[in-house]
Amino acid sequence: MAKHTVTMTINGESVTAEVDSRLLLVHFIRENLDMTGTHIGCDTSSCGACTILIDGKSVKSCTYLTVRADGANITTIEGIAADGTNHPLQQAFHDQHGLHCGFCTPGMIMRSIDMLENNPNPTEEEIRWGISGNLCRCTGYNNIVKSIQQAAKEMQQEKEPTV
Amino acid sequence: MFSCKTSPEVGGMGHSVKRKEDARFLHGKGNYTDDVKLPGMLSMVMVRSPYAYAKIKSINKDKALAIDGVLAVITGEDLAQYGLHWMPTLLSDQQMVLPTDTIMHQSQEVCAVIATDRYIAVDGAEAVEVDYEPMDAIVNPYKALDEDAPLLRPDKEGQKDNQIYHWERGDREKTDAVIANADVVVKERIHLPRIHVASIETCGCVASYDKDTQKMLIYLTTQAPHAVRTILALVAGHVGLSEEKIRIISPDIGGGFGGKVPVYPGYVVAIAASFLIGKPVKWIEDRSENLTNGFARDYHMDCELAATKDGKIQAFKVSTLADHGYTDSSANPSKYPTGMFSICTGSYDYEHAFAELDAVYTNKAPGGVAYRCSFRVTEAVHAIERMVDKLAAEIGKDPAQLRFENFIKKDQFPYASPLGWSYDSGDYEATLKKAMDMLGYDDYKKEQAEKRAQGKLMGIGICTFTEVVGAGPSKDFDILGIAMFDSAEIRVHPTGKAMARFGTKSQGQGHETTYAQILAEELGIPYTDIEIEEGDTDTAPYGLGTYASRSTPTAGAAAAVAARKLKEKGKKIAAHLLEVSEEDIEWEVGKYFVKGAPEKSKTIQDVAFAAYTNIPPGMEPGFEATHYYDPPNLTFPNGAYICVVEVDEETGAIDVKRFVAIDDCGNIINPMIVEGQVHGGLTQGIAPAMYEGIEYDDEGNVLNGTFMDYLVPTAVESPHWETGHTITPSPHHPLGAKGVAESPTVGAPPAIANAIIDALYPLGIKHLDIPITPAKVWEAIQAQKAKA
Amino acid sequence: MIPANFTYHKATTLQEAIALSGELGEEAKYMSGGHSLLPMMKLRFATPEHIIDISKIQGLSYIKEDDDLLKIGGLTTQTEIEHNALLQEKYPIFGDAVWLTADPSVRNCGTIGGNIAHGDAANDQPALMLALRATIIAEGTDGKKEIPIDEFFHGFYMTALEQGDILTEIQIPKARKNSGGAYYKMERKVGDYATAGVAVHIELDDAGVCTEIGIGLTNVSAVPMRLERGEAFLRGKAVTDALIEEVAQMASEDCEPESDLRGSEAYKRSIVNTLTKRMLNKALERARQ
Repeated sequence: MAKHTVTMTINGESVTAEVDSRLLLVHFIRENLDMTGTHIGCDTSSCGACTILIDGKSVKSCTYLTVRADGANITTIEGIAADGTNHPLQQAFHDQHGLHCGFCTPGMIMRSIDMLENNPNPTEEEIRWGISGNLCRCTGYNNIVKSIQQAAKEMQQEKEPTV
Repeated sequence: MFSCKTSPEVGGMGHSVKRKEDARFLHGKGNYTDDVKLPGMLSMVMVRSPYAYAKIKSINKDKALAIDGVLAVITGEDLAQYGLHWMPTLLSDQQMVLPTDTIMHQSQEVCAVIATDRYIAVDGAEAVEVDYEPMDAIVNPYKALDEDAPLLRPDKEGQKDNQIYHWERGDREKTDAVIANADVVVKERIHLPRIHVASIETCGCVASYDKDTQKMLIYLTTQAPHAVRTILALVAGHVGLSEEKIRIISPDIGGGFGGKVPVYPGYVVAIAASFLIGKPVKWIEDRSENLTNGFARDYHMDCELAATKDGKIQAFKVSTLADHGYTDSSANPSKYPTGMFSICTGSYDYEHAFAELDAVYTNKAPGGVAYRCSFRVTEAVHAIERMVDKLAAEIGKDPAQLRFENFIKKDQFPYASPLGWSYDSGDYEATLKKAMDMLGYDDYKKEQAEKRAQGKLMGIGICTFTEVVGAGPSKDFDILGIAMFDSAEIRVHPTGKAMARFGTKSQGQGHETTYAQILAEELGIPYTDIEIEEGDTDTAPYGLGTYASRSTPTAGAAAAVAARKLKEKGKKIAAHLLEVSEEDIEWEVGKYFVKGAPEKSKTIQDVAFAAYTNIPPGMEPGFEATHYYDPPNLTFPNGAYICVVEVDEETGAIDVKRFVAIDDCGNIINPMIVEGQVHGGLTQGIAPAMYEGIEYDDEGNVLNGTFMDYLVPTAVESPHWETGHTITPSPHHPLGAKGVAESPTVGAPPAIANAIIDALYPLGIKHLDIPITPAKVWEAIQAQKAKA
Repeated sequence: MIPANFTYHKATTLQEAIALSGELGEEAKYMSGGHSLLPMMKLRFATPEHIIDISKIQGLSYIKEDDDLLKIGGLTTQTEIEHNALLQEKYPIFGDAVWLTADPSVRNCGTIGGNIAHGDAANDQPALMLALRATIIAEGTDGKKEIPIDEFFHGFYMTALEQGDILTEIQIPKARKNSGGAYYKMERKVGDYATAGVAVHIELDDAGVCTEIGIGLTNVSAVPMRLERGEAFLRGKAVTDALIEEVAQMASEDCEPESDLRGSEAYKRSIVNTLTKRMLNKALERARQ
């Protein structure tokens, strides 16, 4: 059982730890770092509850070895907005009732951040395909789509220069 | 129509206020069971059987125990020393906690490995050596009743075959006679296959026993914490875990849908392990364990619907074979072993009906667990709604027209159904009419005619269902003898802010918001000033929990009644403060005023303050009220759903073009939340209709025990739902409200099935069981071609 | 679901990876995106003693046209393929396939090299490679090798790659004028492996005669399958609906599907028939644009 020293940036803070080869990134985040907003739903990279950003790209952390994240820049749901504030996606999920039990929500939001980065103005169909690796069992997706639409609009407005 | 009595700031009924509980979930600060971390906590992992039916010859723990960090391997024999190897199910059956000799279904728990962490526990489970002697499993429920079938449950005293029970309702003779003499009789065997709720959070617990205080603290993924505590006390009281020593905390729940009502063996083993070791023990299922731990549905229903030649329904008969797996773990009221299945006569007015059911054991996981409806309404509605469509097709009548001609009329409520229910209210014609208008039904009918002329397959399917929720009146409804009331306890603080606690437990339904809105409606205290708590058995009032769409009908009603008790007390205080007699005090939302002098008034906040500071002489101080609500009847939400599909004849691919759902759940507390519940329920309706179904091979192996093969719909499969409402208040509920969350799961599958079968009707296809997949459609088309 | 113990090694250069593999022997497996291998390890279907991480090797992620070839680096992710302007413009078959492969987060990790090297007939890229007549470039202890795609797939999870070989590049003949490709698979739900899939690449001369044709089938045989009979039949002919019908019929006859949860053998043959027709038509349409 080999141990490895890994250093990565998580939500803006540098973390160094000694980990086993087989430690899955989702467990490292949840159990070693006690950030439990990233969830486990399926173990087979089907549900997306464990989605985080690695170097800006959405990744299913249940199917990612912690050692491979050495040197990476990681963002989890805990790190997308300053305390007491909302990322536009968080605000939109609240406004549009895009969550019920909340279990899939962090993964859904992390996936949406990556999607909107690549496609700032997606159609409903593109949104539905864009979150197709994230299962929600409660909402029926209608309001998740609306939430992402709202956030997309707001994020675009934010980007536009103000005169 | 419902008009709001309160301002949006107060946020009483009818306001789509945003949810109070959202912030913690949005920021990753929810507290789910797997998030609980206690000092010294150990991890437990189950060893599970690869066989569906086998003798356990031996279990060798040595290699597992040799792994550094593995502390214990717990077997059924170990639990038997404490009499904990069996536990009762909710319906007078029993279930193994861990087996001592026989495995009854694939993936059944064989033994448990306790280790210092999750990874080591998994290694330990891999290292346990179990020697099995496999036996021929009974997979087909029809074969379970064969004379030469092995007796699966010799542990049950007096059990001579594999039948669990026979149940019947209605008048068999009269129903048979009407069917025998009817102009038209349509028949079908309809199967609703096994499915699993697959909440995205699996089940699990953290059990923590303190040897000094002798208190057992359990964080548990449960929808019914109080009931579970009572059951645990009944099971483990003899080893010292009596009810006052057990504290169950149901933290945030990542979806329940009924799958978190049962007591799973893993819970009991973790509790036993913590009790024995004296350290906290965490057990969390993985997805495969979750998908194979118990199942919903699995009813095989032989249906007959009789009518006059012009389509007036006369009688309905259904004979069902129910596959319960190796134990009946239905979470049903004890007098209702088949739940509310006798709602199967539907939304139609006719006199004669008969329903019977035989439940059998097979070598499958425990059956009768819920899937957003545990009480068999889904099965009942599917049966009648498929048969009504079949009748319409048979006599060549538009299925909407047939329904209009047979509906129970608005003025017939309360309506005594032929199988004994008293439907409280509804306006079925208006609801269906609204759905048809929203869809543009007539236009689609025309389009369908054109498409059919071109040889294209297009279908329109209707379902007009009647649900039955809100169990239930104590004279009929109990679980293990406990009456199915629910509770609310309100405390208004001196500053006029409040906290309320309930016996239910939200799993995403938004109770922290809607209960606050009920209190806002009744008391005029802004919903933002009211904290709601549920799920801690040490603090919350006793209640039966949240399932079967019962929270609004029971606990919601309890909140209203408790608030009204407070209001009565407040009236006395207001009279005292305003120096008038109580008879001269009137109420409008949020304040008391003197009759004829509205300028003389005291707000609810003034009154609350006075309750602690300036009480009338002789009155008990404080401003609190509790109510345990025993409903006088169930509520009967209903709806009209219409689905439009196109089918690709070459591939069988099914494209859901439109889906319109009009629900009538009486008065609405929060329209945004109700709509959200309907959306979610609809997706859990299309799931079994087109995607989900647990598949077994002949040896009882589950073939699709992961999310790679158990096909939970994504946002792509889930259509853009179109929803709306009619409002027919419940006459007996204090708020005129009914439950809603299960209606869409009940109503969507028959609408979708009816639409697909309607599309295929020109090819001669008259029925398909769900899930209706492209492959199934294609096979049916080939079978028709072969016939031709 | 947790993998058995193993030892992780990171390679930063191709040479280092190959040397490590040589040192560690058969119990070592390469991991690029990890989305084929790690799930199998979590289910303990695979229990390698060593994992050599090749994802950090620089210079193996690119998409470019070079002389007569389209070259795609082995570590190019599915997402990079999806968003690549060159592929979108000239090789739309890649967009067809990637859109239907797993889901966006998985595609962020999954590489084209891994998708092919895994040797799984259920993966989507092998059928494309067959249709596009790719050459696989690999490097190993005995140097660099070029493997024509028809010699690449050997059996269930078995390929021409030998212990130590890394799939470094995919080479595809550059898109010619009047050529077009298309891919589609039937799937039970989005992201699923194919019930059956068909990749078609066709080249026409100015008179509309088929000069080259490639047809690859997904998940209807133990190894990714080329429809040789159909290709030979169509090559040199002006394509008509009647010919397409015949080729589709050949596809449904020649494929070797097995009944499983995705459908019966007969159903899969029928899907292959239908998709062969539809993809031929779509490829033709693109070729004629």
